[in-house]
Amino acid sequence: MSDYIASIGLEVHVQLKTRTKMFCACPAHEEGEPNTAVCPGCIGLPGALPVINREAIRKTVKVGLMIGSRISLYSTFDRKNYFYADMAKNYQITQNDFPLCIGGGVTIQVDGQPKTIRVHHIHQEEDVAKSTHLDNSTEVDFNRCSMPLMELVTEPDMANADEVMAFLTTLKQMLIYADISDCNLELGHMRCDVNSSVRPAGATKLGVKTELKNMNTFKGIQRALHYELQRQIEVLRGGGTIAQETRRWDDVAGVTLPMRTKESAPDYRYFPEADLPPIVLDEATIAAWRAELPEMPAARRARFVQEYGLPEYDAGVLTADKAIADYFEAAAKQAANPKAVSNWVMGELLRALGEQGQDITAAKITPAALVALIGLVEAKTINMPAAKEVFQILFENGGDPAAIVQAKGLAQVSDTGAIEGFAAQAIAANEKVAAEYRAGKEPALMFLVGQVMKLSRGKANPQLAAEALRRQLKG
Amino acid sequence: MNPAEKSDPVDVRYVAGLARLALTDAEAAAYQHDLAQMLAFAAQLRQVDVANVPPLQVLTEAQSAWREDVPAPGLSREAALQNAPLVRHGQFVAPKVVE
Amino acid sequence: MNTSLHELGLLATAAALAKKEVSAVELATALLDRAAQVEPKLNSLTWQERDVVLAAAREADTARAKGDTRPWLGVPLAVKDVLSVNGQPCTAGSKMLRNYVAPYDATVIARLRAAGCVFVARTNTDEFAMGGSTATSCFGPTRNPWSPARVPGGSSGGSAAAVAARLAPAALGTDTSGSIRQPAAFCGVTGFKPTYGRVSRQGCVANASSLDQIGPLARSVEDAAALYQAIAGVDPLDSTTSPRPVGGVLAAAQQARDLKGLKLGVPREYFIAELAPELAQLTRAAIDQCAALGAEIVEVSLPHVSASLPCYAVLGSAEASASLARYDGMRYGLRVDAPELMEMYDRTRAAGFGDEVKRRLLFGTLVLTSRYHADFYLRAQKVRTLIRQDFLQAFTACDALLGPVTLTPPPRLDAAPDSASARQWGDYCTAGVNLAGICALSVPCGFTADGLPAGLHVVGPAFQDELVLRIGAAYQHATDWHQRAPTGLE
Repeated sequence: MSDYIASIGLEVHVQLKTRTKMFCACPAHEEGEPNTAVCPGCIGLPGALPVINREAIRKTVKVGLMIGSRISLYSTFDRKNYFYADMAKNYQITQNDFPLCIGGGVTIQVDGQPKTIRVHHIHQEEDVAKSTHLDNSTEVDFNRCSMPLMELVTEPDMANADEVMAFLTTLKQMLIYADISDCNLELGHMRCDVNSSVRPAGATKLGVKTELKNMNTFKGIQRALHYELQRQIEVLRGGGTIAQETRRWDDVAGVTLPMRTKESAPDYRYFPEADLPPIVLDEATIAAWRAELPEMPAARRARFVQEYGLPEYDAGVLTADKAIADYFEAAAKQAANPKAVSNWVMGELLRALGEQGQDITAAKITPAALVALIGLVEAKTINMPAAKEVFQILFENGGDPAAIVQAKGLAQVSDTGAIEGFAAQAIAANEKVAAEYRAGKEPALMFLVGQVMKLSRGKANPQLAAEALRRQLKG
Repeated sequence: MNPAEKSDPVDVRYVAGLARLALTDAEAAAYQHDLAQMLAFAAQLRQVDVANVPPLQVLTEAQSAWREDVPAPGLSREAALQNAPLVRHGQFVAPKVVE
Repeated sequence: MNTSLHELGLLATAAALAKKEVSAVELATALLDRAAQVEPKLNSLTWQERDVVLAAAREADTARAKGDTRPWLGVPLAVKDVLSVNGQPCTAGSKMLRNYVAPYDATVIARLRAAGCVFVARTNTDEFAMGGSTATSCFGPTRNPWSPARVPGGSSGGSAAAVAARLAPAALGTDTSGSIRQPAAFCGVTGFKPTYGRVSRQGCVANASSLDQIGPLARSVEDAAALYQAIAGVDPLDSTTSPRPVGGVLAAAQQARDLKGLKLGVPREYFIAELAPELAQLTRAAIDQCAALGAEIVEVSLPHVSASLPCYAVLGSAEASASLARYDGMRYGLRVDAPELMEMYDRTRAAGFGDEVKRRLLFGTLVLTSRYHADFYLRAQKVRTLIRQDFLQAFTACDALLGPVTLTPPPRLDAAPDSASARQWGDYCTAGVNLAGICALSVPCGFTADGLPAGLHVVGPAFQDELVLRIGAAYQHATDWHQRAPTGLE
């Protein structure tokens, strides 16, 4: 592939997280029986008119602000005309001439180096209905029809599937961070059209592009791109030319197939949507929306390294999810040792969440309780196995770590007299192992420490136990 | 009508395809004629000097007439489907789609 | 009293009901009986169910007996068959919607329903309000009450004919290029096209969204002003409505006695060779009457009047091509089955739409295609700017404009102009008003030698609706043309 260069651009459709639809006040949820969240507007009854959802505009503008777009103070809607079973009006209300956000870029990491993928524009539009294709008919549910979408169109700045994945992952993270969208791919919250072309290395002019329509899994995009770029290269190598066309990805067969050529491309006959007045924004409104933006993942990652002295790796893991990052930060602010908090969050907390299949909001352990728990460990009041036991209780039921330690009698035994006794017992009961240790087999000591722990019912300070054993075995 | 247009008639079948109207051959011929006539009529607009004239795209004086993100009741499913020619499983039914 | 109840105008009806001189049921019965008598000749109504109408009237009487004093309780109205009334058919005069029953109220209907009105009939219209004759309706042509061999105009011809024939005290219509004013002129009634954005279009079957406006047809300017005031004002469901207050339009119309202090302009471009001499004469006489009422008459110019019809043909058709795309056999309306989706669309739309609608859809689609967009659609939008500027310029020299509404009296149905000549001349005096988004009124101003009505066009600046109605009311105060009724319909 090295003798060919690829250029990939994306059109990313993102379903915005709003309570109501884009152009009517129907509830914006897809659960429930078909056609139960509909009104004259979203099933296109004669006479129904659209009304803009301000929250959708706000969210799209916020995305523009996040990626450094120029926000249009004046933008308008247009009608895009085509017939299909999932269309309520057989035109889609979208933005063609004056979109909400122009320009901007998303910075991704490529081999540890930053690379900015330029964004051409972001516009606002409405979703179509959900159609189920059966053998001889199609059933259509309009619950999804007119849900708010933003479409983000990039320049062809990505060079391979990995960069596309990095772009989508970064974008998704930002959108979730700012509460723009749930970005649930299984529910179709993020769908992509992928434009790609290849050209011989050294050529400056972009090759002829093809478009892969309606890709809705990251894995699918990756596989489809691998196939499509290779296909284009092989065509060129064989002396052929690429047809400018729309193709679709057949996930089962693992191939892309032609859908329609440029010549048969539909003429959408865009023209202004007279039912909607222009959206006129003022600087004060935009400033207010900007002020609502959360810190972006990349900035937060850098800050975690600087402010809490975390390794890059920890900062990356913790900031991948905004809720986790928020949790970490709430705890770290109260903790003497932020790295210990990071270890607990990345270790026990993420493990427990993963096992329960829960997100952080469901965990009962408060950041303050986690900090208190870490304090108990650091003060050697409890040992690590006991701390994990306390954590599990806190995770499931919440509560105060000290009180749990008290109630369960988990406090470490640091009384050297008691530990010396347990050590003596352990040696007496395991003469053979003791002999092995004396003969220089160091690991045998760990067995004996284990026995001391057992005798103390887990409460002995393991370090003190090891010291006592060493002393007694020497003597 | 200028000669260039005469030699390049309207593709009525193409337009009917976009507008999704089945036409018989006789209808196609008749509309072909009508469309040519209508284009000729509309071509009178070429006599108007529109240099430096902006298009009138927005008539209303209303601006940013938007609503807050608050749900309101719509139609019951029964009302939504009451006029549908074919309904199955609470859904509108279309003939199959051939790509 | 029963024999003449149908003669009552809108405000007179409301007053008689309020004073309990008549019940809603008596009124409705009189109108139903009247319709039974004249409809065979007129065909102005597309739907009227005696039981439904009487039930609604009974409900109004019951409410009044319980102390309900809403001003329009029990007032009967006819509604053009393009406005949604919950539970009633809404066909737009098209085979496409022949079986469609609206499941919601248009905003104007909701407002009138809240005021207590009874919706007694739906009125005939050119198919999807496209036409000037009410002859393209799937229900067959409506006849002119003054001369049943002639057209009533259109597309609100059913509303105009029904009001003229005393089938309802007033009616609602819609106006995209003259569809209220032209039939009002042809039928000798008062018709008002409000400023764009003054009346909500929510629930109105769209023809062209940037041009359509709902308005009243009535027996007097005062009645029209009352109905207009009841339906006008901002609507959260129509984003193009203006938040400006409507004001006391009815009171202003009722007080209008003269035109002192007003400068009224007469655009010379309206008095062209194609204007029938009799109509020119009647219009001139009406203008003289306005002068006699104290107005200063000045000549003005609207240089782009002749471009307004080609401009309308392009923009109106283009918008309609999208407005009517939703009629596809999927969710409501006619469906002609086919094994495949696109074929079902093609067949359904071929069977559901009439000839004139198809012609406009094809033309509108054509001018939006990438090949024709710049030269036709975009150019027409620019011409629209010039047309609007013409009016703005004219209104710097005068307060409102006067002129004819139509170039000819109502033509005979069997000699009605074909599609091409209707396009060329039909809305010559009226379409510019819609393109500019301003307001205009048609008031009866006399009769031809053949006894056919003529209308005076009063055109005002945007949001000067009250001024236009005041001018019309002052004119009617001094004339009695609007009080004449057609005879011999029974």
